[in-house]
Amino acid sequence: MHDGLARPRLRPGHVLLLLALAALGLAVAFMTVGANGRWSFVLPFRGTKLASLLLVACAVATATVLFQTVSGNRILTPAIMGFDELYRLIQTGTVVAAGTGGLGDPRLRFLAETGAMVLFALLLYRWLLSRDERGLHLLLLVGVVCGVLFRSLSQFLQRMLDPNQFVVLQSSFFANFNTVHPELLALAALGLVAAGLGVWRLTGRLDVLLLGRDEAIALGVDHRRTLTLVLVLVAVLVSVSTALVGPVTFLGLLVANLAYRVMPSYRHAVVLPAAALIAAITLVGGQLVLERVFSLNAALSIVIEFLGGLTLLLLLARRAR
Amino acid sequence: MTLPLLQRFLPACLVLLVLAAASLLVGVGDAGGSEILLASRVPRTLALILAGAGMAVAGVIMQLVAQNRFVEPSTAGTAEAATLGMLLVTLLAPDAPVAVKMLAATATALAGTALFLRVLRAMPLRARLTVPLVGIMLGGVVGAASTLIAYRTDMLQFLGTWQAGDFSTVLRGRYELLWLAAILTLVAYALADRITIAGLGRDAAINLGLDHRRVVAGAIAIVAMITAVTIATVGAIPFLGLVVPNLVATVAGDNLRRSLPLVAVSGAGLLLVCDVLGRVIRYPYEIPVGTVMGVVGSALFLVLLLRRDARHA
Repeated sequence: MHDGLARPRLRPGHVLLLLALAALGLAVAFMTVGANGRWSFVLPFRGTKLASLLLVACAVATATVLFQTVSGNRILTPAIMGFDELYRLIQTGTVVAAGTGGLGDPRLRFLAETGAMVLFALLLYRWLLSRDERGLHLLLLVGVVCGVLFRSLSQFLQRMLDPNQFVVLQSSFFANFNTVHPELLALAALGLVAAGLGVWRLTGRLDVLLLGRDEAIALGVDHRRTLTLVLVLVAVLVSVSTALVGPVTFLGLLVANLAYRVMPSYRHAVVLPAAALIAAITLVGGQLVLERVFSLNAALSIVIEFLGGLTLLLLLARRAR
Repeated sequence: MTLPLLQRFLPACLVLLVLAAASLLVGVGDAGGSEILLASRVPRTLALILAGAGMAVAGVIMQLVAQNRFVEPSTAGTAEAATLGMLLVTLLAPDAPVAVKMLAATATALAGTALFLRVLRAMPLRARLTVPLVGIMLGGVVGAASTLIAYRTDMLQFLGTWQAGDFSTVLRGRYELLWLAAILTLVAYALADRITIAGLGRDAAINLGLDHRRVVAGAIAIVAMITAVTIATVGAIPFLGLVVPNLVATVAGDNLRRSLPLVAVSGAGLLLVCDVLGRVIRYPYEIPVGTVMGVVGSALFLVLLLRRDARHA
């Protein structure tokens, strides 16, 4: 956030326009650079990948900014709530129950995974937030511990698998943008748009939440209801992106903090799109560079996780000074 | 120790003896054969007692130093940092003796804990529940870095052995480093009064004439070494250092000289229970104690969190 004395160099709209242009340029480059096959093959192939990158970018960026606003803390991400581990537990449980072959219709599976994760979040939030007014930090910590519980249970189940099954299973533990089922994209997009509409209607109240709990209540915001609503939206967004490509933990941290830096305004109406655009630039640009320059494929998520982790360390070190 | 505490300590010791006997008897193969007993069961039981006592003591020391009930090596990044150190030294000097690897793990564990404590100093005191969150995030980043390196160098399986505690490979000649944890526990006992005063906070400790910096540095050095020794020999054991001190504090309070023996005995007992469980559940196969402890410990932690909170509300 800038202080009132320093005159902002650019207006929020201009920054958004620049980011959008950069994202668009990268998307076009992603679709065309080095395409020497038939367009009827290249377009759908790359189009699927691009669409999944963009979906994940929007979902993760929005979820992280929302989560940081309601938790009042810029070094947290929704991933610490145990979603990743729940996802891995569901994956492991499916393989243990049905084997690697019997995974069934991917659409059904996607719906089941998303549903289970949202349900978990709903139960947790309803239960804990109704306990007392300052339940948020307790909620976070319980989420973290649930994550450890899920991880231990997955490890427990993995002990029952034979090594071949384990190798297949392990590949689903890292986020992967290359093997997205095209038929899932429409479903994921639907979930994202629904959540996006919900977020759009909340932006005003979110800005008030930034002032802190007491001030928000004094200004007439139903704090608990808004909090629950936002957390459910976060759960939907994270679940959609995790079920689509797998867990991405620290991407949100990176892009949300970049968005706070480049945006000369704290209003959610501009910060949210900025974070989504920066996420799109990071993911599409990163994938482009990895594919065309280094001809590596699966490493994008790991590299971005690492960058996101570094961001966190920098933020922590700065706060510590 | 005062009399009421002695009354708790002696029964706890008795329970520990019974558990140790159970640990000697449970397992595949005839325990009557003295070879199995001496080469495998006795070392395993000793290792469990040493590691359990050590991790519980490390937990209680961290909680005093960080002035927060929810901190322990696995919620402050210490365990993850030690694992990273093990990974790096194994990659850079695969033939180095275990002692060298342990030193490297201790060094990174110290660095990780120091970073965590520095971050803490910048946080408002009332952020009671944010402290472990920040520690866990920090551990997550260090863990992600380890995973990235291990993924690149085909070391994921090695990483797995340090991340999850498992006593099934403990044999005579392969656990003796853990006696170091026992020595460190004794050192902690000798420093108990000073660590307790340091736990009152920096200003109070300095007013009482304590060299706060040195005591804190010594305390986290003990924690880092216990963590490194445990990870190097048997792997990380989550939540033990968190659950045991919290439970003991409800009966013995925060004076380390009084509570430390009970913490050590209870930690050893809980780890023994979990390991015997892991050996019995899928007999004749084993489930590593790190996994059992993850389930039992996180469930206990949830109970602690919610009960404590209900009392405040």
